[in-house]
Amino acid sequence: MATNASNTSDNAVGTQRVKRGMAEQLKNGVIMDVVTPEQAKIAEDAGAVAVMALERVPADIRKDGGVARMSDPDMIDGIVEAVSIPVMAKVRIGHFVEAQVLESLGVDFIDESEVLTPADEAYHIDKWAFTVPFVCGATNLGEALRRIAEGAAMIRSKGEAGTGNVVEATRHMRSINGEIKRLGTLDEPELFGAAKELRAPYEIVKEVAGLGKLPVPLFSAGGVATPADAALMRQLGAQSVFVGSGIFKSGDPARRADAIVQATLHYEDPAVIARVSRGLGEAMVGINLDELSESERYAGRGW
Amino acid sequence: MTARPTIGVLALQGDVAEHTHVLEGLGAHTVKVLSVDQLDAVDGLVVPGGESTTMSKLAVRYGLLDPLRKHVAAGMPVYGTCAGMIMLADRVLGGTADQQTVGGIDMTVRRNAFGRQTESFEAGVRIDGIGTDPFDAVFIRAPWVESVGPGVTVLGSVPGPDEAGRIVAVRQGGLMATSFHPELTDDARVHRLFVDIVKGLE
Repeated sequence: MATNASNTSDNAVGTQRVKRGMAEQLKNGVIMDVVTPEQAKIAEDAGAVAVMALERVPADIRKDGGVARMSDPDMIDGIVEAVSIPVMAKVRIGHFVEAQVLESLGVDFIDESEVLTPADEAYHIDKWAFTVPFVCGATNLGEALRRIAEGAAMIRSKGEAGTGNVVEATRHMRSINGEIKRLGTLDEPELFGAAKELRAPYEIVKEVAGLGKLPVPLFSAGGVATPADAALMRQLGAQSVFVGSGIFKSGDPARRADAIVQATLHYEDPAVIARVSRGLGEAMVGINLDELSESERYAGRGW
Repeated sequence: MTARPTIGVLALQGDVAEHTHVLEGLGAHTVKVLSVDQLDAVDGLVVPGGESTTMSKLAVRYGLLDPLRKHVAAGMPVYGTCAGMIMLADRVLGGTADQQTVGGIDMTVRRNAFGRQTESFEAGVRIDGIGTDPFDAVFIRAPWVESVGPGVTVLGSVPGPDEAGRIVAVRQGGLMATSFHPELTDDARVHRLFVDIVKGLE
């Protein structure tokens, strides 16, 4: 076979197309937070497109307090070994060394996440410097575009992780998509003004205005707890859904994981969502947002 | 075959929209396929990239696997990219224990053979049947074809990590598969070949 091989140039790894292309493959699916290899298997068996390996789900990070950091490499290795689907893991905002560590472990995607305690109050990670692709959270379009300018290959709504309350994810999805629609109505001089207001590079602002969407996939995260929540995010324009505490903090994780996968696929079919929502057992206990003080809100982390 | 064929894109998971975009650009009518009725109404089918384990589980759950096998057996043209290649393989290595495929192409495919995402790459690859210019092929956690039966035509190969040639594009009758993702590029030549197969021109 060796003589038959015919690629004509050196292989290029970590290109923008390879990173964004990976994000595209995860569309129309569910990415689940898992803390053990057993949970990772449950997620894979339910049809998750990827798992997010972490030491504590956001609900426990909230409860335990203290500084939340990148997970132990042993724990990440254990999950990488357990499943054949892609594995993601989180680093603190701005902590590029945690990102170097995760890249060396061979994770498939890094989440520079507000759920962990930020390591830098001025700068996010220069994501172009890495071969592994990154996903970053955003509450509005300006934040999304700044992250894309830094090299993010996927954007997710931040929502408010670990609350089981979807209201903030809804707010962020509506905000991002509303602002994208508005860009489409602007003429050239107005786009320069918009770039200034959004605090984002003009070239990306112009690109988004032309495309009518982000140049990378837009997923949703932060508070999804039920099949109907997942379908809500899809109908609001999310191409896939991250589910954190919602699955493994519920009464019957395997069934709920399965139900959320089905609702994410058939998000426009209320009959399917109704069927999979029946008798699911207890959802995670939610938190009302007005019970959280400013310092307990993760969505404000990131700049 | 009509001048404007209807080509379905299996929409269980993955980059469905990108395939739809390329196929529409080539003048095909496209539909997302999620049900047996939708499958019965198309002239050809694309199985997109995504996670093959997820796609396989959902195909079983929604009763699509047997209808897919029947259509393949009856000669429906199908093109699979990456996860779609795995779905068209008669034999899979490195999958999950319960992973089922549609099959149809007499080949053994190794899942994630080129490695994890940090080893994903793009490279120029010559593909038989689309002209001599190399195709800028994007490989994402890509499979390769470990071996093929006598009825399978190899359309393209690349050197693997061990420098041995690895098959990345094949055809068997109306069935076609690539390890890489032409839908992520602006080059429509591979899709055009498939549309010509659906039209009965190839």
